Amino acid sequence: MADLSNPRGTRPKSRFTLNNIVLYGILGLMSIYYLLPLYVMVMTSLKDMAEIRMGNIFAPPVEVTFHPWVKAWAEACTGLNCDGLSRGFWNSVMITVPSVIISIIVASVNGYALVNWKFKGSEVFFTILIFGSFIPYQIMLYPIVIILRELGIYGTLGGLIMVHTIFGMPILTLLFRNYFSSLPEELFKAARVDGAGFWGIYFQIMLPMSMPIFVVALILQITGIWNDFLFGVVFTKPEIYPMTVQLNNIVNSVQGVKEYNVNMAATMLTGLVPLIVYFVSGKLFVRGIAAGAVKG
Amino acid sequence: MSGQAKPVRLLRNLNAKIAAVPMILTTLVVFVGGTIWTVVYSFTDSKLLPRLRWVGLDQYERLWSTDLWNMAINNLLFFGVMSMTFTISIGFLLAVLMDQKIRFEDTFRTIMLYPFALSFIVTGLVWQWILDPGMGLQEVVRRMGWETFSFDPLHDADTVLYGLLIAGLWQGTGFTMCLMLAGLRGIDDDIWKAARVDGIPRWKTYLFVVVPMMRPVFITTLVLVAAGIIKLYDLVVAQTNGNPGNASQMPAMYVYRYMFTAQNLGQGFAASTMMLLSVLIVLIPWAYLEFGGKKRG
Repeated sequence: MADLSNPRGTRPKSRFTLNNIVLYGILGLMSIYYLLPLYVMVMTSLKDMAEIRMGNIFAPPVEVTFHPWVKAWAEACTGLNCDGLSRGFWNSVMITVPSVIISIIVASVNGYALVNWKFKGSEVFFTILIFGSFIPYQIMLYPIVIILRELGIYGTLGGLIMVHTIFGMPILTLLFRNYFSSLPEELFKAARVDGAGFWGIYFQIMLPMSMPIFVVALILQITGIWNDFLFGVVFTKPEIYPMTVQLNNIVNSVQGVKEYNVNMAATMLTGLVPLIVYFVSGKLFVRGIAAGAVKG
Repeated sequence: MSGQAKPVRLLRNLNAKIAAVPMILTTLVVFVGGTIWTVVYSFTDSKLLPRLRWVGLDQYERLWSTDLWNMAINNLLFFGVMSMTFTISIGFLLAVLMDQKIRFEDTFRTIMLYPFALSFIVTGLVWQWILDPGMGLQEVVRRMGWETFSFDPLHDADTVLYGLLIAGLWQGTGFTMCLMLAGLRGIDDDIWKAARVDGIPRWKTYLFVVVPMMRPVFITTLVLVAAGIIKLYDLVVAQTNGNPGNASQMPAMYVYRYMFTAQNLGQGFAASTMMLLSVLIVLIPWAYLEFGGKKRG
């Protein structure tokens, strides 16, 4: 993976050449395309319905109101429940936190075993794992339903957490495997000579040296699991639907008058967690998705 | 690493094997087992519950004679080709622009990439709102004086896929740009120097030297995008839910419908097997090129 961070060479001397005008012109236009939805989302969510009906979606609100946000959070209805998106939010928290932690623990130990403690067949399993990540989830949905039902955790938080751990495994294992194999082998050998075992080396050497990659994995998993829709729909019940599913039910419900401001506030609320993760993590986010894309 | 031979085979490296149990279970039970299970049951007449009563290829014959499925496949093909063409070309163009030693590179990248952090549900809902004919973009232009202006892709069967495309490209092109930019930055500086010494214009160098050199990056991106498109589900559910009149139905939605709401499991299994097949058609040539070729040098 090449360095994304810094352009090379000296800066061009003149600024207002035709080239530069075209260059920044295109980049500026594209930036409008990328920024527009975020802008519209925020603006719409701060208007009342009267203003939305008469005005234009690109205009900033004449009178700023936070009522749509309050309503989206605490009063919006899905079916007969009118306790707002807060329920979905807390469901998503309860799904995301354990899923992220468990999947990272499982995959990091696994990646470590694959690099430093190869056993017969380990590479075969790893190859299947990576290929498995390309298989459409749809083909595995029903067998997983059966497995979860047999285990008695179909429709529960535990079931969904297990599913997220399973489907997070390919990409995370790849991530950790690639990182651990970039660490100097001498470290591992020295620890072995000193009598450290499997877990000793993992906890005392690998773990402290790998904090950056754990952060990358964290970013990848928080956004991935928070944004999941399909698994939420298939493997949970309405009471524990994650935020994305509840959001879709609120906005695309056919009953009642559409409250666009509340809908956009709800959409914004759902997007807030990954957005915060994105803006806080900065370049690590790029590293995470790039690691996901480029095979080892 | 596993060089030290010890007599007890199975117990050697025991901790590592314990650590790998989740991976082994996942690959064998879920990935391999689950896939085989679904493929096997796609040859049965399972309705409400899976049962092993063989009907040969009946489910597939019914699948391919169902209008809904054929529409879904056509939609996916059209959307897929459009999406791949635009994702790759926009992603590459943006990456080239970003590679011109520009100012505010970080700012531009942050702007282009943030949609990728958002879910397809959020993406679909926002664009549904912006493309709303009564209050969205169309209405704004009309109120500015151009009263016959018409831009309502989501409510016309002929254009709904373009509406999805606008949203899909918004979400994904920043990511493609990043992959391409990494590819561009990976090109040796000497290539550029040589091209300059030979007096080749920059655009020519890009087109005839850099693009061929970036072939692996293009292929990887294409495979990732293609695998993602075949699974396309959330975006459509949020933005159009298959409407108008199934003009934006997708295979993944067909599978969901037959597996979980229409209680016709056999159809769902057959449809998902077809999805697997289409992924394999993309994946196998790629894997062959990537890994198979290397071993033979």
